[in-house]
Amino acid sequence: MAEIFVLAEHRQGQLRDITFEMLTKARELAEKTNAELTTVLLGKNVKESAKNLTEYAKKVIVVEDEKLGSFNSDAYLKVLSTLIKEHKPALTIIGHTSYGVELAPRLAAAIGIPLATDCIDVAFEGDALAVTRQMYGGKVNAKAILRKSESYMVTLRQAAFQAQKPTAPMNGQILEVPSPLTEEITTKRFIEYVLPPPGGVDITAAEVLVGIGRGIKDQANLPLVEELAKSLGGVLACSRPIVDKGWLPSDRQVGTSGKTVKPKLYVALGISGAFQHVLGMKNSDLIIAVNKDPKAPIFSFSDYGVVEDLFKVVPPLKNKINELKSQKA
Amino acid sequence: MDVIVCVKQVPETAEAELKIDASGKKIEKTGLVFDINEWDDYALEEAVRIKEKFGGTVTAITVGPEDSDSTLRKCLARGADKAIRLTDPKFEGSDAFATAKILHSVIKTMHFDLILTGAQAGDDGSAVVGPVLAELLGVPHAAMVKKIELGEGKAVVNRELEGGLEERLEVKLPALFAVQTGINEPRYVSIMGIRKAMQKEIKVMRLSDTGLNESEVGESGSWLKIEKLYVPPVEKQAEFLQGSPDEIATKIVEILKSRGLI
Ligand SMILES: Cc1cc2nc3c(=O)[nH]c(=O)nc-3n(C[C@H](O)[C@H](O)[C@H](O)COP(=O)(O)OP(=O)(O)OC[C@H]3O[C@@H](n4cnc5c(N)ncnc54)[C@H](O)[C@@H]3O)c2cc1C
Repeated sequence: MAEIFVLAEHRQGQLRDITFEMLTKARELAEKTNAELTTVLLGKNVKESAKNLTEYAKKVIVVEDEKLGSFNSDAYLKVLSTLIKEHKPALTIIGHTSYGVELAPRLAAAIGIPLATDCIDVAFEGDALAVTRQMYGGKVNAKAILRKSESYMVTLRQAAFQAQKPTAPMNGQILEVPSPLTEEITTKRFIEYVLPPPGGVDITAAEVLVGIGRGIKDQANLPLVEELAKSLGGVLACSRPIVDKGWLPSDRQVGTSGKTVKPKLYVALGISGAFQHVLGMKNSDLIIAVNKDPKAPIFSFSDYGVVEDLFKVVPPLKNKINELKSQKA
Repeated sequence: MDVIVCVKQVPETAEAELKIDASGKKIEKTGLVFDINEWDDYALEEAVRIKEKFGGTVTAITVGPEDSDSTLRKCLARGADKAIRLTDPKFEGSDAFATAKILHSVIKTMHFDLILTGAQAGDDGSAVVGPVLAELLGVPHAAMVKKIELGEGKAVVNRELEGGLEERLEVKLPALFAVQTGINEPRYVSIMGIRKAMQKEIKVMRLSDTGLNESEVGESGSWLKIEKLYVPPVEKQAEFLQGSPDEIATKIVEILKSRGLI
């Protein structure tokens, strides 16, 4: 029977959300193609996680080794290529995360199987594998077919699939495989985790956030939006390019590599709505987006949209709020 | 330190209206403004900073059509010493995997201590070229790199994980690092600088110079074949507020009032 591999992603003893998202999608694919679902867990002292995974897969392959104590893509590559060559899974699924992005392309090239990255959908069409990916910052979707192969690999986008438990636990069998790592990995060595610097402002605690993006154009325009945030009793947050440019500190960044926020109000100004940003704010109670591009992806995640130059909308908006507040006072 | 930077010229699409062309597999390129891929811009800057600190050379290399010269000129103006463009009609349709093979065919003949690429390209968002190139060359790599500290025969790098967390790794040199945005602040290049770079030579290489055969490049040498492009289905459409900026502001205030937000 064909097999589908899911590489369990974990960090500091915790299985990460992407693992369960991948397992949910893999379960659907396995049911459709009558394949067996196997999850692969590499690490050190991971028994607890392995037990947890038995609810989600028919088989849990566990490889424990000192050298797998923290993520090292070269160690992972050696172990996974051994397992993939041996089991020849029809499909191997890895997360499109920082770990997955470092590992998957090199692994696929090393084994000699085709890979599609950052997929938002995957389906077998006969023995071909079709994927859906996004291009141009989410403005266009592409359906692509992978080169014919007996074994395929994909990385799945974070949060593209909603994690669901199987209706009944799958009572998977744990298969402990001896580590094929005979020698020390000398190419790279994990040193330590680096925590983000303690921030001055906790945007996750704010009830109102005014999020600014590259549409703000110039650092000199910050006071204008700062004032709007103040009028609303909120604080400024931003997309990644604003932090990259050094216009706001990194504790203000919303998104996959920043913070996840859920304020009562999120006003998105000049933000295109790349998924890495959207994942950090889409669960806000009320989202109002201002963007001069009517096709900006942000509008599919907002309650209200304004297709207009933000510099035309922000001043009257700020004035009207201030007027109202002074009437009340 | 001899550093090779792999760059790609991509269309700026954040503010542009995109149209899918008649083939249904590509976007209409006319009318779009092209520039260096955002991630590569940071990689290039990092390479130039390394040269300024440690000496050595910077070579910028691209796989792309003739008009990628403007991106290479930018690299030269910023401080790259040499530029190579790999162009051939047979390269068309190459995905990230085929592109990595083309880059490899040339880079394997060159001396380098470090290769820098962008973590991904803004057009296809594959994040594949760097790590595959490292595999083909047989050198260590790190992806999502936010900081590079070079030492004797090794480098210590910070890799970006999720949610603001980073990890520090020690990596043996020569190595390849795929650079994430924000690693530095790319410098501004003046028009004068670009004009000066006009005099520098761009070396052009074709399929016949690579030692690869036709089937290894283009669509036949790729992992992925695009079947069709389409506009993403809208899951939830915002209610658009219409009117003059003043009227829109009033409408927003009404919404906020009704929700008890002001
Ligand atoms: C691994 C990884 C992690 C990432 N993590 C994050 C993250 O945590 N957070 C994040 O935000 N991004 C993240 N990104 C980057 C992300 O992919 C996008 O590049 C980024 O979100 C784009 O920011 P933006 O919307 O501000 O800029 P752009 O995409 O350039 O959009 C600018 C928008 O402003 C509009 N605009 C311009 N001028 C005006 C005006 N005068 N009035 C109104 N609108 C205007 C334009 O129409 C456009 O839609 C990450 C990327 C990667 C690869």
